[in-house]
Amino acid sequence: MSAPTHLAHQAPQGFIRKYVFSLDHKVIGIQYYFLGLFSVFLGISLSLLMRFHMVNPEAKVSWFAHLWPTSAAGGMMSPELYLSLMTMHGTIMVFFVLTTVPQSGFGNYFLPLQIGAEDMAFPVLNMLSFWTTFLALVVMVSAFFVQGGAPLSGWTAYPPLSAAGRITGPGQGMGQTLWIASIAIFCGASLMGAINFIATTVDLRCKGMRLMRMPLTCWTWLVTAILALLGFAVLLAAGLLLILDRTVGTSFFIPGGLMISDQIIANHKGGSPLLWQHLFWFFGHPEVYIAILPGMGVTSHLLATFARKPVFGYKAMVYAILSLGFLGFLVWGHHMFMSGMNPYSAMAFSVLTMAIGVPSAIKTFNWIGTLWGGQIHFTAAMMFALGFVSLFVTGGLSGIFLGQPALDLYFHDTYFVVGHFHMIMGVAAIFGMFAGTFYWFPKMFGKMMNETLGKIHFFATFIGVYCIFMPMHFVGIAGTPRRYSDFSNVEYLAPLMPVQRFMTHAAYFTAAVQILFLINLFWSLWKGPKAPMNPWNSTSLEWTVPSPPPFDNFAGVHPVVNHGPYEFSVPGAPTDFIMQTDPPSVTSES
Amino acid sequence: MGMSGSITHDIIQGPPRPPVEGGWEGGGGGGFEGRGAFRRASFTGLFVMLAASTMLFAAFTSAMVVRRGLSDDWASMAKPPILLLNTAILLASSLALDLARRALKSRNRARFNGWWTAGTTLGLLFLCGQALAWSQLNAAGVFISSNPSSSFFYVLTFAHAIHLLGGVTALLYVDVQAWRLRLGPAKRTVIDISAIFWHFLDGLWLYLMVLFYVWG
Repeated sequence: MSAPTHLAHQAPQGFIRKYVFSLDHKVIGIQYYFLGLFSVFLGISLSLLMRFHMVNPEAKVSWFAHLWPTSAAGGMMSPELYLSLMTMHGTIMVFFVLTTVPQSGFGNYFLPLQIGAEDMAFPVLNMLSFWTTFLALVVMVSAFFVQGGAPLSGWTAYPPLSAAGRITGPGQGMGQTLWIASIAIFCGASLMGAINFIATTVDLRCKGMRLMRMPLTCWTWLVTAILALLGFAVLLAAGLLLILDRTVGTSFFIPGGLMISDQIIANHKGGSPLLWQHLFWFFGHPEVYIAILPGMGVTSHLLATFARKPVFGYKAMVYAILSLGFLGFLVWGHHMFMSGMNPYSAMAFSVLTMAIGVPSAIKTFNWIGTLWGGQIHFTAAMMFALGFVSLFVTGGLSGIFLGQPALDLYFHDTYFVVGHFHMIMGVAAIFGMFAGTFYWFPKMFGKMMNETLGKIHFFATFIGVYCIFMPMHFVGIAGTPRRYSDFSNVEYLAPLMPVQRFMTHAAYFTAAVQILFLINLFWSLWKGPKAPMNPWNSTSLEWTVPSPPPFDNFAGVHPVVNHGPYEFSVPGAPTDFIMQTDPPSVTSES
Repeated sequence: MGMSGSITHDIIQGPPRPPVEGGWEGGGGGGFEGRGAFRRASFTGLFVMLAASTMLFAAFTSAMVVRRGLSDDWASMAKPPILLLNTAILLASSLALDLARRALKSRNRARFNGWWTAGTTLGLLFLCGQALAWSQLNAAGVFISSNPSSSFFYVLTFAHAIHLLGGVTALLYVDVQAWRLRLGPAKRTVIDISAIFWHFLDGLWLYLMVLFYVWG
């Protein structure tokens, strides 16, 4: 166990201890944030290359040939290169963006502040967790630079493609091994993070911070940590078995009599590729909630703050978060309807999947209830929170289609699925991050971001993502298969090429307007106006300390919480918000 | 703060909590109660970590059950008899650690040092015994890729040994501190945490033995 450094709160001296190997949860949160920011732009670049290739399959680009002399010989992208871009795009986005920023980034920075703690429970473990994540990213990116390049087997790494080695394609040698190693390292980092989050939330809440007084952000971080704890342990086990199949010749996942590239795979027999799918999706489905839950927390928090109303049905929201987390572990089979499973199992998984609609509907209903009759302040942060609600509903509704085994048989390998998961898991979660950034930037960096630029960025991004991902549902219904690099010679898809071109241009546009965000972020860092202590008239504890907060968060003062997290527009109160630390006499808690 | 003497108390009742106004629900966590808060957080962290380890081994187990049921190439591996000796050694080490904790409770530092050293030594001995078991299997031509039965045996025992390596490091740390007479009250948490972790590995090993002899 790490030493109780959070008890001795001297600020560290020297650049390395302060900014590199820092034990301060705030610095670590910012480190995670920038790791995610790097990863998201890397991931976007890869997706642009894919979208470019899809509508220009014959194009010869000279710098492709420089970057990938073998897989883009003469500047023309090979299908294998396309698949490796797809694999790395998915992996980097899911693990190093969606898992990292909302939980490890914002959660690290704001969980201790919002519950009134000086730091996370185990600061050394926290630092280790960040640097382990960093190592995982380095290992992952290095897969681009080894012989054969990055792996081809997608972010789900289904065997036997991922298990049988180099014979299955370029990138399936060293590249795939590095991929698995990186994921295993990432699992370790996530487990360390989860231990810290749970222990901190359970044991370091300040006086008066009852569980039912925690902001909903803290609830989502707690449940996300529990999901990560249980999910990543299983992925770690699966990854270890997969790497053994690749390196020492075991047969956990590789069946006998396999024929790949005209060669019989003789030294393996009896393994089950489906075993991997079960283990992977037992992690993989909760992973979806790991990505989206913190965004739900931020959205709930912001809707209340900027509508100047309490969260509608706070307790129902808490129970919805808990039941989403619980149900998330019971539905992995809906990713495997295509696997030839017993139809009765499929039906059970389908019914459980439909059950997720209940807590999801509770959340959506309560978000609307929170907004209803509120005095809505349309800040950039609020707009992204509203955008989250929109994307969550849009992406969630297509999930109801996919949860039906009979429909999924048709939809499963089409762009319908790509549209669905990008809407709900990708873009909705990213809108949650944008909302968090605009809301918390003043606290994190002591500067205000530019609201006008933020709103332009919001509208452009909001329209852009709908233009990219809505048509994907339609081309999917029309039968466009996913994971293919080139549709130009497929007759029945020819009429859809204009739609594909439209999506590609929408992707260029949406990626380009993210530069507005970068400009806003970095310009505000240097030149933004100084942020006051509580610019949004929020109620939670992080707004009771200076922006940015001192090293030990509360400058030696022990906060005492007397109020719930969302006491806005309380009748009889002097202002339209009551801070959680205000004396109980301000007005009685309802 | 009261020290809990027995493992059963710790697991069933949870770690001893200092009185907090209003209890866990009512008074919040008490983030500024110094060592009390750190002790409680350490126990929570430990149990959360044990949950993760349990999930890891549950995943391996379910993989084993599925892999065994799905194919006809499962040939049960012959277990080296030294495993039974290793089991006894591990059980004895757990017993020694708990005797040490009892000695500490009755403030007998010398007896604590003796028993703790005994437990640590037995722990190291178990690791040596495992190394011997693997080399015996190796010599008999039973490798990790020989059969799914041996694959799972190596994977599970190795994963257990990695956990044990972490546990032994903690035991050694406490032992060195004890012999250097640096075992102040602050170290009690480390003692309890490493002992409970060790008992967990003990239970895990018994589970693995049952698994191998019944299913492996």
